[in-house]
Amino acid sequence: MKRLVALTRGGLVRAVLITAALVWLTPTLGLLVSSLRPAALTSSSGWWTVLLHPTRLTLGNYTSLLRGNDVTGALWNTVLISVPATAAVVALAALAGYAFAWLEFPGRDVIFLVVVGLLVVPVQIGFIPVAKLMGVIGIFGTIPGVVLFHVAYGLPFAVFLMRNNFLDIPREMLEAARVDGAGEWRTFRSLALPLAAPGLASLAIFQFLWVWNDMLVALIFAGPSSQPLTVLLQSQMRQFGSNLSILAPGAFLSLLVPVAVFFAFQRYFVQGAMAGSVK
Amino acid sequence: MSTTLRTPPPGRTRTPGAGASRRRRGRGLATAFVLPALLLLGALVVYPIVYSVVRSTFDSGGSHFIGLGNYRTAFRDPATLTALRNNAIWVAVAPALVTAIGLVFAVLTERVRWGTAFKLLVFMPMAISFLAAGIIFRLVYDQDPQQGVLNAVVVAVHDTFAPPSPYPGVHPREDNPLVAADDGSARISVDPASPGGVLLPLLGVAPTALPRDARPAAIPAAGSGSAVDGVAFLDFVPGGGGRPGVPGPGKKGLPGLTVQLLQNGRKVGTATTAADGTFHLARPSGGGPMQVVLPASDFAQPYQGVSWLGPTLVTPAVIGAYIWIWAGFAMVVIGAGLANLPRDTLEAARIDGASEWQVFRRITVPQLAPVLGVVFVTMVINVMKVFDLVFIIAPQPVQQNADVLALQLWLDSFGGADDQGLGSALGVLLLLLVVPFMVLNIRRFRRRT
Repeated sequence: MKRLVALTRGGLVRAVLITAALVWLTPTLGLLVSSLRPAALTSSSGWWTVLLHPTRLTLGNYTSLLRGNDVTGALWNTVLISVPATAAVVALAALAGYAFAWLEFPGRDVIFLVVVGLLVVPVQIGFIPVAKLMGVIGIFGTIPGVVLFHVAYGLPFAVFLMRNNFLDIPREMLEAARVDGAGEWRTFRSLALPLAAPGLASLAIFQFLWVWNDMLVALIFAGPSSQPLTVLLQSQMRQFGSNLSILAPGAFLSLLVPVAVFFAFQRYFVQGAMAGSVK
Repeated sequence: MSTTLRTPPPGRTRTPGAGASRRRRGRGLATAFVLPALLLLGALVVYPIVYSVVRSTFDSGGSHFIGLGNYRTAFRDPATLTALRNNAIWVAVAPALVTAIGLVFAVLTERVRWGTAFKLLVFMPMAISFLAAGIIFRLVYDQDPQQGVLNAVVVAVHDTFAPPSPYPGVHPREDNPLVAADDGSARISVDPASPGGVLLPLLGVAPTALPRDARPAAIPAAGSGSAVDGVAFLDFVPGGGGRPGVPGPGKKGLPGLTVQLLQNGRKVGTATTAADGTFHLARPSGGGPMQVVLPASDFAQPYQGVSWLGPTLVTPAVIGAYIWIWAGFAMVVIGAGLANLPRDTLEAARIDGASEWQVFRRITVPQLAPVLGVVFVTMVINVMKVFDLVFIIAPQPVQQNADVLALQLWLDSFGGADDQGLGSALGVLLLLLVVPFMVLNIRRFRRRT
């Protein structure tokens, strides 16, 4: 009798999880299948009918999408925005994080608290004033403008993460390096930085995904020639039904990179998510 | 990697003498290390806060000081009030659901061997953009059951329990003995003494829409003391001709319709029409007025599913998409907390005969409370700033029904209204709303370690 109860309970757990797995899988599957169906079919039948006619799939949407300059240009813009924005945040945060952890300067802890406090600031606060500021310098509507905004709003979290990361290095190791005559810069460069590599990787992955996936910031700070893929696709949303043969493959292309990054670096991703749970 | 706000361990003083010059040099390096970050933060984050606070006290043009005027406007503006109400719904519903679902998933995945695969699947949406998630859910929520998978499921379930009319648009002749009733059915009185063959002539079906097995309408049997016979048929001859109201050459029966027999107002029999449209209803003995009824389901329009992205359901629908994205995050963070729980209390409780539910309710959940708190508060902060999902999933005509604070801010400042004073006021409001939760989260985080 007890075993029967255990058995049914095991069955219940499995049933709940399988149902949940289906609920989580189906939406993405729908996008993938829709992106592979010819436009004529998309408007006349649901994507799930593919189960009955699996041969009617085609890469046509993708080839015609990539033949157009708009999409390849926007994809390239996404890369041009994400890579520098990630590199800059990691570099600046590593420097500042190390200084906040191990170097001494007046007001260090107060300044650090202020930086952490800036975590609360929603990006929306920056839109109007930063847009004006960038207009004055002449980088509003350009890729450097978008990058700069991402770097600034990525920094509070990044500095916070990096400082904690560097604090995990045992004091004795740093002292030993100093005793051996290594200068502060060499201690940072040859000892602290390599030891902090896993944390740097987590930060880089998170920042990269954040910028790659961004639409809101680029919607305001990117111009027509510097818009990333997300903004380009967003502009097609008004005629959702008739643009599905562009939107579905476009959206799938845009999520391929983050999902690949996710599966390749899931360990760092999970760590970053934990650390990021204050953001 | 632990992330804490702890202060560095004590004992940082170095030996005097050698330290003085070192410190000075170190100071130069420290400045070089922190300055780039601080300059960027100052110019692009701190200055905008000051700017927004000041700007929010000026009118839309920016030339007239109006004090708290923009804030007064915001709280009178129906659009902003809708946004605030929706934000309240979001905060009340989404964080609790995300945390609860994350907790359930975290606990359940520990009990199956493919738990890791499940976690990967549910966590994956966190890696993709809100735009991609938005497009994914526009597809899921599509109104047309031929397009939207959710409505396809809803319609399939609905039709299983309440089948639609086999002939959408079918209706009785206007000059016909069938009388339409208030409940959507059509009925005809039958003389109990001589029931005869009951004729049910119907219109409104294209001959091409008839099922392939529909046969020419048959003349029904005359009926008797123990049965009522009749025929339901399409009272229309392609190309014209025929006598209205009676079956004849070229007229086809309507198979698959439900026919009921009423005696003294009570249902006493049900039948389905055959391929030639005929039906045969056994009648109980005894008298009383009788009616043959085509129930409302014979005339029901096909069910079109739920209007997920309509004005009333759009916010819950977007919240659904949000849960799809964030439940994985809650699951992973709670799962890590679960792995760190001391196992001995659980084992002791199980040995003492506690049921799995009791263990969960009395031991697991209370011990996880700090982690659950962090996840919940993080979601509250996140939900207050929600923008992209609403902006993408809500179709243009219902955008105002799905409005949230961050979206209204965007609309005020950039989306046509061009009132940067009001936009700045909403930005400051958003900041003020988020601050207490952020303080809570950082405090909690510090206490935990």
